[in-house]
This record gives sequence, C-alpha cells and structure tokens, in this order.
Amino acid sequence: MTRWLPRAYLVLVYLLLYIPIGVLVVFSFNDSRSGYTWGGLSLRWYQSLFNNNAMVEAMWNSLWLALSAATVSTVIGALTALALHRYRFRGKKVLNGMLFVVMMSPEIVLAISLLALFLLVGIQLGYVSLLLAHVTFCLPFVVITVMARLSGFDESLPEAARDLGASDFTMTRTVLIPVIMPALLAGWLLGFTLSLDDVVVSTFVSGPSYEILPLRIYSMVRVGLKPEVNALGTLLLVFSLVMLMLSQWILTRSKR
Amino acid sequence: MPSITRQPFRTAVLVLVWGWLLFLVLAPNLLVVGASVMTRDPGTFISLPLNLDAYRQLFDPLYLEVFLHSLYMAAMTTLVCLLIGYPFAWALSKLGKQRQLLLIFLLIVPFWTNSLVRTYALKMLLATNGLINSSLMGLGWIDEPLQMLYTEGAVIIGLVYLLLPFMILPLYSVFDDLRQELLLASHDLGAGRFATFIHVIVPLTLPGVLAGVMLVLLPAMGLFFVPDILGGSRNLLVGNVIKNQFLDARNWPFGAAASIVLTITMAILMLAHRLSKQRIGEEGA
Repeated sequence: MTRWLPRAYLVLVYLLLYIPIGVLVVFSFNDSRSGYTWGGLSLRWYQSLFNNNAMVEAMWNSLWLALSAATVSTVIGALTALALHRYRFRGKKVLNGMLFVVMMSPEIVLAISLLALFLLVGIQLGYVSLLLAHVTFCLPFVVITVMARLSGFDESLPEAARDLGASDFTMTRTVLIPVIMPALLAGWLLGFTLSLDDVVVSTFVSGPSYEILPLRIYSMVRVGLKPEVNALGTLLLVFSLVMLMLSQWILTRSKR
Repeated sequence: MPSITRQPFRTAVLVLVWGWLLFLVLAPNLLVVGASVMTRDPGTFISLPLNLDAYRQLFDPLYLEVFLHSLYMAAMTTLVCLLIGYPFAWALSKLGKQRQLLLIFLLIVPFWTNSLVRTYALKMLLATNGLINSSLMGLGWIDEPLQMLYTEGAVIIGLVYLLLPFMILPLYSVFDDLRQELLLASHDLGAGRFATFIHVIVPLTLPGVLAGVMLVLLPAMGLFFVPDILGGSRNLLVGNVIKNQFLDARNWPFGAAASIVLTITMAILMLAHRLSKQRIGEEGA
C-alpha cells in the first residue's frame, strides 16, 4: 500500500480536530467586537473577563469544586481499589458492577437520578450537591487508574510487612500508598479535569447559590457569540493542557 | 471470616465504599425507576398511584417523532464517527510506537478541553457570517452565505466533533492487538485483500467497533447542549426532552421513563459487545 495515503489521512483528521480550536485561540486576541472579522491584536477580552466579577467568582467556585471533588474522589477511589484488590467480601461483583454502570451510563441519566435523590432527601442544590455528584462520576476513573497500578504489583511486599507484624492500616500506609502514589496523582488530575469540564451533570444539580464556570459559559454561548468566551476557552485550553501533560509525565516517569 | 474488631481498617473502608455507592448510585437509580411508574405531582414532583402513563406518553406521536429524530441523528453521528475513525485507527496502528503515543496524546487534548467551548468554536465557523461562509464568498465559490447553523447537519457535526475520540480509542486498541500472523495466514491461504478484510479484519475488530458505537451512540442522544448551541429548536435530542421534563415542565415520570429507555439501549449495546468479545475469545484461542 502507498505509505503517504494513510499519513495524509491522519493529518487531515487532525487538522479538522484542531482548526476550530485554533480559530478560537486566534480570535481571543482579536480587537474587533464582531466574532468574525479581524481587527488587530488585543488583550481586551482577557481584560473584560477579569473585570467581570460574576465571572471571576464562577472561576473560583469551579476551581474550588474541582479541587475538592478530585481530592475526595481520589481518597474514596483509592480505598475502593485497595478493597477490590486485597479483600474478599460478599458482593464484590456487585460493587464492580455499580462502578461500571456509573462509568458507562449516559451522563444525563446520572444527572437526573442525582437530582431526584437530592430533592427528595432534601439536600439543598449548591456546593454540597455538586460535590457529591462530581465525586460520584469521577470515582470509577480513579478506581480504574489505581487498580491498573496495583495489578502489576509484587504481592510479596504486603505479605512481608504483615509477617513483620504490621497492622493492616500500617501496611497500607507504609507499603501500598507509596506504590500507588503515581496512580493517585494521575487519578487526582483526571478527576480535577473531569469536574472542571462537566456541563451535563452540573446543569441539573447546581443551584443559584453556587454558580460555576461551565454553566456561566453555557448561558453566554446560548444567546450568541461572545468574544469573552474565546478568551476564557483559551485559558481553559492552556490549563487542561498543562494538567494533562503533568499527569502523562507522572505516569510515564513512574513506569521507568 | 475475621471478626470486625480484628480488622477495623478493612471494615471502615468497606462501609465507606458501600455507603457511597448505595446512597449515590443504587438509590438514585432505583428512584428514577420508581419515578417512571408514578404520577406527576406539582408539589412533591411524584406521587401515587402507580401507573404506566409515562411510558404511554413516550409513544405520543409528538414525542415519538422527537425520539426517532434524535435516534436518527445519533445513528448518523455514530456512522460518521465510524467511517472517519476506522481507517484512522488502522492508519494509526501502522505507525511507529513512539509516534503512536504522541498522536494518541494529540487526540486526547481536545477531549480535555471544555466541550461547551469547543461547540462554541464550531458555531463561530458555521454561522451565517462565520469563517466558512466568508472564506467561500471571498473565494467567489458561493454568492450567498450557506445556512449551516441551526440545521440537523450542524448538530451531527457538533456531536461528531465531540465524540470522535471515543470511537477512535477502542478501535485503535483492537487494531493494536491485531496479530499480523493472522493476516499473513489469510494471505497464504489464498485470500485476496478484500476477502481478508471481510473474513479476518472485520470480525476481529468487531468488539472495538461495538465499544465505539456504545461510547458514541448514547452520549449522542444525551448531549443536550449541542442542539442548544448549534441546532435550534427543531433538532432536539432525547437529552433535551429529559432536561425539559425535569427542569422546566416538572414532569418527572415522563423524564424518568425517557431516561430508562436510554439505559435499556445501553444495556442492549453492552450485551452485544460482550457477546462479540466472547465469540472472538472462542475462535481466537
């Protein structure tokens, strides 16, 4: 087969994937008010972004939510992975199944089921409901990342620790946690990005008391073109890129 | 089984994990199932008596049309993703390992970028006075701007743009596992390139295809913000219907019934995926 044809095809698909993003980034530096014509370089949309108090507050809210959701889901996810890996207990398959269902079920199904729960139990829609929801959809991803790390791990180490008289807790702390550390960091970064980007679930479980960034963007882009969104999108792109590179770096470095 | 007092750590972990999943996964899902067979109530959202009205409402011609149209757009999205993704994954798997990793990374980058922002970027390109129209008019290829935004095509383009990596990644994984010896064997046994493709490559990559279909088809029915931004009011997804029923119309039973239809679709696709994998496991062993 000719060699250039498949390669040209790959290049074409990547171009299609990146052109919209490129246009977004370029137009975030556009001085013109219209989103379509070029009016010279300017940072005015970045300025107006940071002068917008509601926007800045939504940014901080999102950041805080992502930080806390990533942290909580990493802790619970890691414990779940450890339990699945080491303990024998009744209903293990059911537990696995539930995690799989969370990961596979359409986001909107998860969203309405959580909304129904929060309203019927009486949890006010705001930070707490968002946190519970975000931790829930991040959880399976952390579990998978940590499980992958544990599956390639030499079982004799924890046994040796137990033989030397370490309790279960001490053994986990001194032997297992250091081993799964890279997976924990990668899982945390994954959870952070998932939480920061989520639109579907947040639309349902957030309340007026706690506005977060994706919902603010949503209300902005529904009505028309807003050049501030280009600036915001560019910032988010750079941010996600840094996070993604960080997590890749951690994972590849730990493999060596 | 060891007693609780001997392993406090183990007990604490299991209680936490089970507690979380029972309260935030099992209970909410049971609630949705329950809500779908109850009666709409403006005060408490749902109330007794039990009935199947919500499911009957799904077959109301008005909604049936929306569902079928949504299914059609999701199927088209999946088909386009498959047509783009299959050769893409194949070509990708033929490259050197180092280059493959880099390209996979480049594929994931947009996926980590806020999906709303990416949908908005498409809107900038597709709008009446957007970049595609102004470029085409500048080149003199068209005299009048094309109406691309607020069409069915725009929704499908948006969904493909957001979901393509979900099709490519499972396909890439099956192509990566494809053993060259099988292709050579097929060739040695006298099969032509086309016969090898139909009888060897397609069956062996089928689990990847089904996994991709699963990961694309369902979100393509749920991502309500895509038609909100690109599609106008005539190109709704099942997701838009569910969202409207829960957030605006306050008709929980109907919204719940619609979401159960989505879940059942998911279950069927998962079953098909598992069966196809089992078949390959038996034949390839």
